[in-house]
Amino acid sequence: MSASRLEQGGRIDRSSQVSFKWDNQNFTGFVGDTLASALMASGETIFGRSFKYHRPRGVMSAGVEESGAIVTVGRGDRRDPNVKATTQEIYEGLEASGQNAWPNVRRDIGAVNNLMSRFFSAGFYYKTFMGIPPMEWGKGTGIWMQYEKLIRKAAGMGVASREPDPDTYEHGHRFCDVLVVGSGPAGLAAAVQLAQAGLDVMLVEQDYELGGDYLNQTSPDAEEKRKASIKALQDAGATILTRTTAFGLYDYGVAGLLERVTDHLAEPSPHTPRQRFLTVRAKHTILATGALERTVAFGNNDLPGIMTAAAAATYVSRYGVLPGKKVVIATNNDSAYASAMTFARVGADVTLLDARGSLPDSVGGLLDSKGIALKASNTALCANGKRVISSLDLAVDSGAGWSAGETVDCDLLLMSGGWSPVVNLLSHRSVRPVWDKDNLCFVSPKHDEPIQIAGSANAVWGTSDCEQSGKSAADAAIAAINGDKTSVSVSTAVGGWETPIKPLYEVKVEGRKLKSFIDPQHDVTADDVRLAHQEGFVSVEHLKRYTTLGMATDQGKMGNIIGLALMAEALGREIPEVGTTTFRPPYTPISLGALTGRGKGAHFKPLRRTPMHEWNLANGATMTEAGLWQRPWYFAREGEGITEAYIRETITTRETVGLVDVTSLGKIAIQGPDATEFINSIYSNAFAKLPIGKARYGIMLRDDGIVMDDGTTWRFSETDYFMTTTTAHAAKVMVWLEELLQIRWSHLKVHVTSVSEQWAGSAVAGPKSRSVLEACVQDENAVSNDALPFMGVIETQLKNGVTCRIARISFSGEMAYEMYVESDYSESMMDMLWESAKSFDGCLYGTETLGALRIEKGHVTGVELDGRVTIEDAGLGAMASDKKSYIGSALRKRPDLNRPNRPQLVGIIPKERSETFKAGSVLCAEHKIEGHGEGWITAVTHSPSMGHWIGLGYINGGYSEWSGKTVVAADPVRRGNINVEIISPHMVDPSGERMRG
Amino acid sequence: MIRINCPFCGERDHSEFSYGGDGSIVYPALDAPVEQWVEAVFQRENIRGVQTESWQHVSGCRQWILVERDTMTHEIHSVRAAHEGVAKVLEAGK
Ligand SMILES: [Zn+2]
Repeated sequence: MSASRLEQGGRIDRSSQVSFKWDNQNFTGFVGDTLASALMASGETIFGRSFKYHRPRGVMSAGVEESGAIVTVGRGDRRDPNVKATTQEIYEGLEASGQNAWPNVRRDIGAVNNLMSRFFSAGFYYKTFMGIPPMEWGKGTGIWMQYEKLIRKAAGMGVASREPDPDTYEHGHRFCDVLVVGSGPAGLAAAVQLAQAGLDVMLVEQDYELGGDYLNQTSPDAEEKRKASIKALQDAGATILTRTTAFGLYDYGVAGLLERVTDHLAEPSPHTPRQRFLTVRAKHTILATGALERTVAFGNNDLPGIMTAAAAATYVSRYGVLPGKKVVIATNNDSAYASAMTFARVGADVTLLDARGSLPDSVGGLLDSKGIALKASNTALCANGKRVISSLDLAVDSGAGWSAGETVDCDLLLMSGGWSPVVNLLSHRSVRPVWDKDNLCFVSPKHDEPIQIAGSANAVWGTSDCEQSGKSAADAAIAAINGDKTSVSVSTAVGGWETPIKPLYEVKVEGRKLKSFIDPQHDVTADDVRLAHQEGFVSVEHLKRYTTLGMATDQGKMGNIIGLALMAEALGREIPEVGTTTFRPPYTPISLGALTGRGKGAHFKPLRRTPMHEWNLANGATMTEAGLWQRPWYFAREGEGITEAYIRETITTRETVGLVDVTSLGKIAIQGPDATEFINSIYSNAFAKLPIGKARYGIMLRDDGIVMDDGTTWRFSETDYFMTTTTAHAAKVMVWLEELLQIRWSHLKVHVTSVSEQWAGSAVAGPKSRSVLEACVQDENAVSNDALPFMGVIETQLKNGVTCRIARISFSGEMAYEMYVESDYSESMMDMLWESAKSFDGCLYGTETLGALRIEKGHVTGVELDGRVTIEDAGLGAMASDKKSYIGSALRKRPDLNRPNRPQLVGIIPKERSETFKAGSVLCAEHKIEGHGEGWITAVTHSPSMGHWIGLGYINGGYSEWSGKTVVAADPVRRGNINVEIISPHMVDPSGERMRG
Repeated sequence: MIRINCPFCGERDHSEFSYGGDGSIVYPALDAPVEQWVEAVFQRENIRGVQTESWQHVSGCRQWILVERDTMTHEIHSVRAAHEGVAKVLEAGK
C-alpha cells in the first residue's frame, strides 16, 4: 500500500492546512480530512494492532463500521480511546495514537502472540484459565481473576483517562413531526418532501457534511442536487443536525440522539458542551440510514492495504487520496464496478475479479475502454505481505468450487462481498429483519411501527431509486400522520443490480490452511466459528458470546453476516434459519459523560436546604446530608470535634435547653368535612376523638400490616389537621394519601396539600424550654402548662407579630415543643429563640444530638422502621387499636407477623462499659457466631446520661428472651466482635416524667 | 419511553409519572375478612397483554390515573382519571 494525496479533486479545502500529531510525530492534512484520510495521504499504513494476536491493522472502511483503524484521541484528562480514525475529523493540534501496541503500532512486542495463535482460538480464555479440558492447569475462578488482569493488560482495548472528565455535557429535549435519520439521496429527498408539505422535520446526519452517498459522487449533477435539497430544507424551516447520531429508537417515536458539538474543534468555547444527548419525540420516523459494504473471509484478509471497495473510492473522490496504485478489486456484485472506474479515472492500475461467471453487459465495454483488467470467476484466496499487502493469491471457480489460481502483485485490495442495509434502528423496536435472498441481506419486514425505511437501508441500490424511495417514505409518513391508514405504503422495488449477486462469504480451497478473519477487531476467524460449532454452540446468540464475534466496538457491523453464513454452512441450514443476533442501542458508542449530562457532582441529586440554612451556618453549624436535605449535624465550639460537640449538646439539652432545625419533617395539611374519618382510617391508633387543640403521635401501616411511617397530627378545627411525617418518608406518605383519596376512597371529601416548604420549624427541648418560649411569645400565658399541656397545640403570635404554630411534643424525651412559622419568618424566629435560649445557657444542636437523645429514649426512626417490622416488633403494640379497622389492620394479624420469636426492638449496652460498638453489627448468641445471627444493631451513640455507649437494635424474641445473657455484637470486617447485654430500649426516663413535667 | 396522555395535562413522558400497580384491584372494606385482604394484596396476576394499571402524574398534576397498557408492546389503549367522580365529570365534558 502506497497511498498518496491526489493532485486535485476531493471535497477537502486545500487552502486550509491542519497540523496534528500521530504517535508523537507531526503530520499535516486539510480541513475536510478525517484522521484516516490525512494519515493515508501521508503514507501511513498501520493504524492499530489487533486484540489477541497484535496483528497490524490498517484502514478497512471510510465510516462508522471501521474495525481496523481504532485509535486513541486526545491526551491527559481528554484522552478518548477506541475512536474510529475514519470518522474523526482532524483539527489543528489534534493528538492521536495507536492502541493495543507497545512501544507503538509499527513495532509491537505483543505481536509474538501471533505466533501462538493456535492457542488463542474460540473460547481460549474460558478453556485455559477457567480450567476446562484440555488445559486444566490454573483451575478455578480465583485464579481466573488473576489471569484476567494480565490478559486485560496484554489484550487490546484503549485506555480511558483516569482523571475527571473536564468537559460538560448537556441533555436536551426535542419534538418534531418527522425525524429523518440520514441525509443521503433517500433521506434528503424525504426531508424536502416533508418540509415542503408543511411538516416539522428534523434531519439528523452522523457525518459532518450532509449528503451521504452524494458526497462520494464526482458528477456535478449530484452536487447540484445535494445543494438544492439542502437549500430547499433550510427555506422550509427544517431542523438540521450534523455530527449527530440517532443511536437508538424507543417506544412512542422516541429517539436518542448524540450530537458531537466540539469534538472536531481545536479550541472549543468553554461555554459549549462537548456533546448533547437529545431525546426526540417524533410522530413518525424515516430511516434513511444507508447500507454498509461487507468484506469476505479469505486468507490474511486483515492485512493493511485491504479495504471495502466503496470506502476506497470514497477516499479518492471525497478526500482526494489515492489509497494504492496497483489495485485489485474482488467482488460478487455490481457495485464494485463503479469503484473500479473511480480508480481507473485517477490513473491506478486496476484488476477487477468478479466471483460470478456472467457479468453485467453494460459495464463490460466500459471497463475495456478504461483499461481495467477483468477476470470473471476469480476472487481473492490469500493475501501476502509482511506488514502490508504486496500480492494476492487468486481462487478460480472452475465450476466445481474454488481452486487455487495465479498470484498477482498489488498494493491495494478492495473487497465487495455485498451490502448490509443498516436496519439496526428498526431492530431496536423489536422488528426482526428478514433475509432477502435476491440481494443477500437482511431487510425490514412489514411492521406496525410508525417508521418508514428508505433508500439503501431498504436494499435499494441506485441513486435515483433511493431518491424515489425517500419520497415514497415521506408520502407514507404524511398519510400516517394524517391518520390515513388505507393509502400509501412504500412500494419502491428493492435491489437494482443488473446481474444477481453471488453468495460469497468465505473463500477456501482444499488442503490450504488460511487465517481468515470475520471480526478483525476481536480477532475472530472462520475457523473459530467452525470450532464453536463443533463444540456445540449452535445458536447464534451463543456463538456470539463464545467467540466474541461482533462484540467489539464496531458491534459486528462488517463481520456478523459472514459469521452467520459460516454457522449456517456448518449446520447445513440457510442463513434465515440460523437467524440473526438482535441489534441493541447504541448504534455507535456514546460516552458515559453524555448519558450523565449535568447530573454529576453537586448536581447528581437535588439539593434541599431549609429556610434557616444560612442561619444555621452563621451560627456555627457543620452540615450533613439527610436524604436530599442539608441539616445541621453539630455546632462545634472552640476546640471541639464532633464527639465533644454532640456530647455537650446532649448534656445541655437534658440540663437546660436546646434548639434544632426540624424543617425537613414532612408536613401535610389535611382539610375537609371527612378529614377525621380519613385520618382515623390511616393511623393504627384512635384519632376519631382527637380534641381540637391537641396533637397525637400516630403510626401508619401498609396494606400488608408492616409499619410505613410515624409522625404527629395536630388538630386545629373540626375540619383542619396538620400532619408531620418523617423526613425520609415525606414524599411517600403524600403519594399514599393522594392514592387513597383518589382511587380507594373517592367518596371522602378531603383535601391533602403538601406544606413542607411553607412551614419552617424548630424544636425547643429541655427543662428550660417553656421559659424560652415565654420570652418569645406575645402572651406568655398561652404557653403555660395549663394552656399548653403535654400534646397540646396552639396558634399564637411571636413578639414580632408573626403567627406561630406550637405543639408540645417531644422526640428528645425532655419537655419540648415543635414550633412552626411561615418559612420566610424562620430566621427572625430563630433569632428570638436563640437569644432567649442563650440566657438559659442553652445550645443549638444537630442531627447527631437528635440521634443521641432519641436513642436514649428508645424512640424509633427510619432505620428501625425499615419496611420489615410490625408495630409490635418496634415495641409500639399499644398503638394498634383493636376497636377500629384501619389500613393494615386485617393483614397485621397474619400468623407469621405474630409469632413470638420475631425480632423485637431492644436496647444494647457493652458488657465492658468502656467499649464501643457500631451500627450494622450482627447480634449473635455467645457461642454461635454465624450466619444471620439473632438480630442486628440499628443505631449507636455515646449516652451522657448513662456514661457509656448504648445502641438500639432488633433481636429474636426481644428483651425477655435475652435479658441477663451475653450476646455478641459481631462486626467481623470492621472492628471485630464485642460482648453486649440486651436491655429495655427505654434507657432514659422510661416513665416519661421529664417530658410531661 | 412510554408517552402517557394525562387527562389533565396532555401527553407527557412516562418519566414524569410514577407507577402505582394493578389498577383493577378493588380493595375490600377495612373491616373485611383477612382472606379478602390476602386476595387483594398478594394474589396478583402477572399479565402478558393488556392490563389496567394505576400511575400518578407525580411531577405534573399529581393526579392518579388508570392506564390500560399492553405489557408486551407498551401500547396504551386508554387513560382516565382514577377518581370516579372526576372521571365522570371529564367524560361528560367531552
Ligand atoms: Zn397530569
